[in-house]
Amino acid sequence: MLEVQNLSMRFGGLLAVDQVSLDVQEHEIVSIIGPNGAGKTTVFNCISGFYKPTGGKILFEGNEVQGKPDYKISRLGMVRTFQHVRLFGQMTVVENLLVAQHRHLNTNLISGLIKTPDYRERERKSLDRAAYWLDRVGLLELANREAGNLAYGQQRRLEIARCMVTEPKLLMLDEPAAGLNPAETKDLNQLIVSLKEDYNVSVLLIEHDMSLVMDISDRITVINQGRPLAAGTPDEVRQNDDVIKAYLGEA
Amino acid sequence: MAANNFRHALFCAIITLIISYPIIGFNLEAQGISVTLTGADTSTVVLVLLAAVVVFLFQLFRDQIMGGLKSIPSPMPKTQKEPMAENKRAKIESWVLTGIVVLALFWPFFVSRGAVDLATLVLIYVMLALGLNVVVGLAGLLDLGYVAFYAVGAYTFALLSQYAGISFWMALPIGACLAALFGLVLGFPVLRLRGDYLAIVTLGFGEIIRILLNNWTAVTGGPNGIGGIPDPTLFGMEFGRRVREEGNTSFHETFGIAYSGEHKVIFLYLIALVLAVITALIIRRFMRMPVGRAWEALREDEIAARSLGLSRTAVKLSAFTIGAFFAGFAGTVFASKQGFISPESFVFLESAIILAIVVLGGMGSQLGVVLAAVAVTILPELAREFSDYRMLVFGAAMVLMMVWRPQGLMPMRRIHIELRRQE
Ligand SMILES: Nc1ncnc2c1ncn2[C@@H]1O[C@H](COP(=O)(O)OP(=O)(O)OP(=O)(O)O)[C@@H](O)[C@H]1O
Ligand SMILES: [Mg+2]
Repeated sequence: MLEVQNLSMRFGGLLAVDQVSLDVQEHEIVSIIGPNGAGKTTVFNCISGFYKPTGGKILFEGNEVQGKPDYKISRLGMVRTFQHVRLFGQMTVVENLLVAQHRHLNTNLISGLIKTPDYRERERKSLDRAAYWLDRVGLLELANREAGNLAYGQQRRLEIARCMVTEPKLLMLDEPAAGLNPAETKDLNQLIVSLKEDYNVSVLLIEHDMSLVMDISDRITVINQGRPLAAGTPDEVRQNDDVIKAYLGEA
Repeated sequence: MAANNFRHALFCAIITLIISYPIIGFNLEAQGISVTLTGADTSTVVLVLLAAVVVFLFQLFRDQIMGGLKSIPSPMPKTQKEPMAENKRAKIESWVLTGIVVLALFWPFFVSRGAVDLATLVLIYVMLALGLNVVVGLAGLLDLGYVAFYAVGAYTFALLSQYAGISFWMALPIGACLAALFGLVLGFPVLRLRGDYLAIVTLGFGEIIRILLNNWTAVTGGPNGIGGIPDPTLFGMEFGRRVREEGNTSFHETFGIAYSGEHKVIFLYLIALVLAVITALIIRRFMRMPVGRAWEALREDEIAARSLGLSRTAVKLSAFTIGAFFAGFAGTVFASKQGFISPESFVFLESAIILAIVVLGGMGSQLGVVLAAVAVTILPELAREFSDYRMLVFGAAMVLMMVWRPQGLMPMRRIHIELRRQE
């Protein structure tokens, strides 16, 4: 469904991403790995429309999307989380989920002011959807807390729930396990797999936690210093000499 | 630490002397055509010295004084304190609010004309502050030129009544919509700007409108302003002693009561009250709707908001437009209340006062904004004797508030939303 062809991104003299290609099929978890500063987040930023790539093509369900504004891309059904959690800190947990569902809601000002039956119906549905996902990530009890006051792991889960209420086709997670303890990482592992299995969402994942990546990925793309280094199944990547060298060289 | 404090205190005291001695300590006296400089009398000089000593002592013991100030318990303790049942609290709150509005409806019949007049002004500021609260408090867009939209509303009514003979009730929606249109138009160029840059551009916009009104003499009358703006009518009844317009009747004759200038003042007050309540209710609804949440999301994290498919353009423009709409409302009422308007009424200080109300009240909080509007408008009136020092007192009050309660009088409370567990 997502196809990235020869993507390049140049910042002044720095070629942060150089001819990277990858693709994600339906019902698939694909991971991008690579040492710090390899350009993984930059690839995400290009796909999600935060940066206008300086070269290459990005196709989503057959349509070119490179250079489209970010909010339009997310409306196509590609939503992302951030390496550094970005919640609406002073809003409550439910409100965070309601903001994400603005497109399911009737945004007509007048119908909202006079509360037409249609408006109420949609509002009730989005509240139910919010409740469902909060329950799913274990935050239902905290629904009326300010999002900024949640523990770090809870914030990460809320960010994923906030993506899921938009009912995306492709979920892009940027280092979702960063800062989580082993138990939380295990829950995350199960959650991501269940997103694919039970909700039919494809996942594009950036992660440094190798055991998580190797465990859940269908395919992996390795990037080093902006250039694609290897791609394949977890087993293939694990045995690739270039990858071993790059990672040993880093460590 | 102590030595450092001492040096700082000495420095502040000397600055106080340098600034205040030449300004207060010397008098210019005109003798014939020549001007002579004379020293002020000793008591003034003593006062200046005393002021320097006070500054010195305050700076020396600043930490202790500020600490003491912080430890004064707030009149409204931290919101988390009583975990009263949410729905019960909401019920009490709505009863209290209804009670206040009902009281406000009957109150003008028992007080002096001047008090009602002042209360009308308070209500106009309430409308303005509620509108600006959308832009600054909810959407987080620092707008320093808000008074421009107020001016658009006021001048729309003034000009329409002068050139087209349009009545208050017709002008009210037109003025508000025109102000909203200005909000939309100003919104476009500043879409990409945030924070300081946005503040400067909006400040400039406010000044442009004022200067335009001042210089476009042929239409706006320039600094002379526009007079003879009609009062609102009640179903075609006028409140003047004599009927001004063909086809209208007069209020006192219709009801067979003696003419009194108070009728008009009270009527205007009631209109302002109804409009202020409508403004508050509409914005309150907005805050619980997708638009309102989108404003706040944009304030909290623009990048995250966009990543969820919110269009920055639509969200920002809606905030500017809706904020400006209510300023237009307020402007029309103001023009009608004064009967005469000139660019004098729409200077930057007005923008600053409205912003101060929003900040004092607590960004985003409607009740807080209403309280602050009352305080900021009424306190200077009560302190009329000190009129020379009004701005000084105002400034000091702002500084104290920011130290004591930086989050405002009544910080915004989140709306509690009940969820049903889904299977
Ligand atoms: N907006 C930008 N302007 C200039 N340089 C940038 C910009 N964004 C990223 N870079 C540079 O691009 C390179 C790749 O950064 P990127 O954040 O994509 O790495 P990453 O693979 O996500 O690393 P990490 O694992 O640490 O998150 C870095 O050298 C970074 O400094
Ligand atoms: Mg990164």
